[in-house]
Amino acid sequence: MKRRHFLGLLGAAGVTMGTGVSAQAASSADVKGLPNAGGVLFDATRCIGCRKCEAACNQVNELPKPAKAFDDLSVLDTIRRTDAKTYTIVNKYVPEAGKPPVFRKSQCNHCMEPACASACFVAAFKKTETGAVVYDESVCVGCRYCMVACPFNIPTYEYDKAFTPRVMKCTMCYPRLLEGKLPGCVEACPKEALLFGKRRELLNIAWDRIGGTPGRYVEHVYGEREMGGTSWLYIAPKPSFAAIGMDENLGTASAPELTSGALAAVPAVAGIWPVLLTGLYAITKRKDKIAEAEKQAAVAAAIATASADAAAKLSEELAKAEVANKRRIEVEVTKALEAAAKAAEEGEDA
Amino acid sequence: MSTEHTKSGTLFTPWNILAGIILAAGVVATIMRFTMGIGSVTNLSDNNPWGIWIGFDLLCGVALAAGGYTTSAACYIFGFKRFHGAVRPAILTAFLGYALVVFALNYDVGRPWRLPYPIFYQQGTTSILFEVGLCVFIYLTVLFLEYLPVALEWKRGFDKYRGILIKLTMGLTIFGVILSTLHQSSLGALYLIVPSKLHPLWYTPYLPVMFFMSSMFAGMSMVITEGTISHKYFHHKMDGEYNEGYLDLQFAFAKASAWVMAGYLAMKVLGLAMDNRWPYLFTGYGAWWLFEVVGFVVLPCYCYAVGYRDRNIGLVRVAAPWTVIGIMLNRFDVSLIAFNWQLPSADRYFPSIGEITISLFVITLGIIAFRFIVTRMPIFYVHPAYKDSSH
Ligand code: SF4
Ligand code: SF4
Ligand code: SF4
Repeated sequence: MKRRHFLGLLGAAGVTMGTGVSAQAASSADVKGLPNAGGVLFDATRCIGCRKCEAACNQVNELPKPAKAFDDLSVLDTIRRTDAKTYTIVNKYVPEAGKPPVFRKSQCNHCMEPACASACFVAAFKKTETGAVVYDESVCVGCRYCMVACPFNIPTYEYDKAFTPRVMKCTMCYPRLLEGKLPGCVEACPKEALLFGKRRELLNIAWDRIGGTPGRYVEHVYGEREMGGTSWLYIAPKPSFAAIGMDENLGTASAPELTSGALAAVPAVAGIWPVLLTGLYAITKRKDKIAEAEKQAAVAAAIATASADAAAKLSEELAKAEVANKRRIEVEVTKALEAAAKAAEEGEDA
Repeated sequence: MSTEHTKSGTLFTPWNILAGIILAAGVVATIMRFTMGIGSVTNLSDNNPWGIWIGFDLLCGVALAAGGYTTSAACYIFGFKRFHGAVRPAILTAFLGYALVVFALNYDVGRPWRLPYPIFYQQGTTSILFEVGLCVFIYLTVLFLEYLPVALEWKRGFDKYRGILIKLTMGLTIFGVILSTLHQSSLGALYLIVPSKLHPLWYTPYLPVMFFMSSMFAGMSMVITEGTISHKYFHHKMDGEYNEGYLDLQFAFAKASAWVMAGYLAMKVLGLAMDNRWPYLFTGYGAWWLFEVVGFVVLPCYCYAVGYRDRNIGLVRVAAPWTVIGIMLNRFDVSLIAFNWQLPSADRYFPSIGEITISLFVITLGIIAFRFIVTRMPIFYVHPAYKDSSH
């Protein structure tokens, strides 16, 4: 009873996971088809590294002021990454010595099928219809698997908070999008290095720019397919995206594709193992039973042999005893007879 | 370790002093962690969100506690009845191991009081970590139920409940094997999502299978190692049945480990061959990979095989801790050493004193609990009142 109950529970868990996978697949397909899903196109050939986007991001998200002011461009001399107080940063790269530097902005790429969302075991992340991937701190346990999973090393953590640490990352200014406003950084950019729009249209613009100025751009829109595609798209000057610190070997498989096999195995394992193990147990038990039966038969046989032996021995003993008795009686009788004869002789003598 | 009959004067043994220091340091680190945040005691960063509390406490802890399911499966499912005496120590080790894993997790996650959330409040069913959490949670319960009869024999008067639990043994064992299969492999599957972060010599779609296979020989090697150590320190507690089965079990597990390790090795090599990753072998990481695979799989596997063939128990007892170290090395490689391999060395992770302290603290608690239980409860012997019981 109890056992079946347990197994049923596990089976149910397996089924939940199974449906979870297909639900995820279905919802991401929906996202891909969302006509209004927004995105941002970043054109590295236009960016001048002014850090106005950083300042705007800081302001609209009400983040703490940095140690060095946003108009201090010496910050660009070292490569930085996002942190718990900074949703976006601009880095300076020098792809070819002697040529002008190239600047690249980085922030959450708002993946079409986000690794962070796929990894989170309380479903704290959600890909919204605006295209933004948002995070709900009210359920976050703080396991940081989202940070492990993100291929772009984007989510950051408030390691210094004892009671309310949060995962921090760019929200694509989701609250502003809902109000019909632009993301803070896009609005602030003086060079139109950032362009907000529908992802599909952004892709067309990106390819038009690449095609319109032959030799200027790398012939690739970064984010079109990387890790299943991202809402944030990048185009960059030659020679390569790697030269501006972007991983060119991410592959096109989305996070759910990478893990769906393992998840799909769960119901199978949960279903097959009990059958297999119970079967094995049955075989073992049968073996035991046969062994037990054999043992009993052996014992019975042993007892039978033993009792036969005992009977034989007994009768032998009895026979022996009889012989011995006979002999003893004979001896006694002889003795008595001899004594009687002697007595008679003596009597005669006397 | 031989202070179980603590009398006045024997309190300050080297072991007790060491344990005392570790416990004190652990308490200090604990207070810091829970008042000033994770950042105050760890070297974790935005690039390295998981350190040794995951790589060692969770990954190694769970792998090394696999002796519970391997031993009880061997005894109850595969019918090696003569291993019966080894089941209780193995279940106890597994139970304590998992309990400590969960305990240690409270340090690592940001808001530990929300740990039940993924199970009871909102389920992230697309997450491998959800599966791990669910399985570990249920399996810990199963191990507790499997261990409970021991405690009920110690504090007498619960024979009715003990009887019920004993009847459940078979079901619990089967359930335990399923859960172990799932979460042991899922720990490997956690890393399927990071093909760009884990070095290609360690990243393979076989990660779940490899974690499962290695958990088998990890568990068996732990049973051998732990049996050998226990034999030294708790010999006076052991009864005839335990001692009789003990040597047999060590040889049987040596043989089984050798086979599973050979299969594991084949998978490792196959993984390289399938994607033609051979060229990586001639890099620095390649040398490290060979160190792990030749030094800690091939060699101990060979020792197990020869030890079994020649009935050389000494060799088997050398191979066992060797294999255990190999498993830890592998888990460290996947979670820390070969992880984030493309980051510049300045951004790489190395554990802080605080993190190491907490990990030692957790191990020490485990040893103390183990000692407390085996010196008081019927672990290495059958309780006189239950001599006839088949459990
Ligand atoms: S870039 Fe990282 S954090 Fe942003 S949506 Fe993608 S996986 Fe999530
Ligand atoms: S840290 Fe929070 S948001 Fe990230 S995976 Fe864990 S529970 Fe989810
Ligand atoms: S505001 Fe525009 S030009 Fe200035 S750094 Fe940001 S993206 Fe570049």
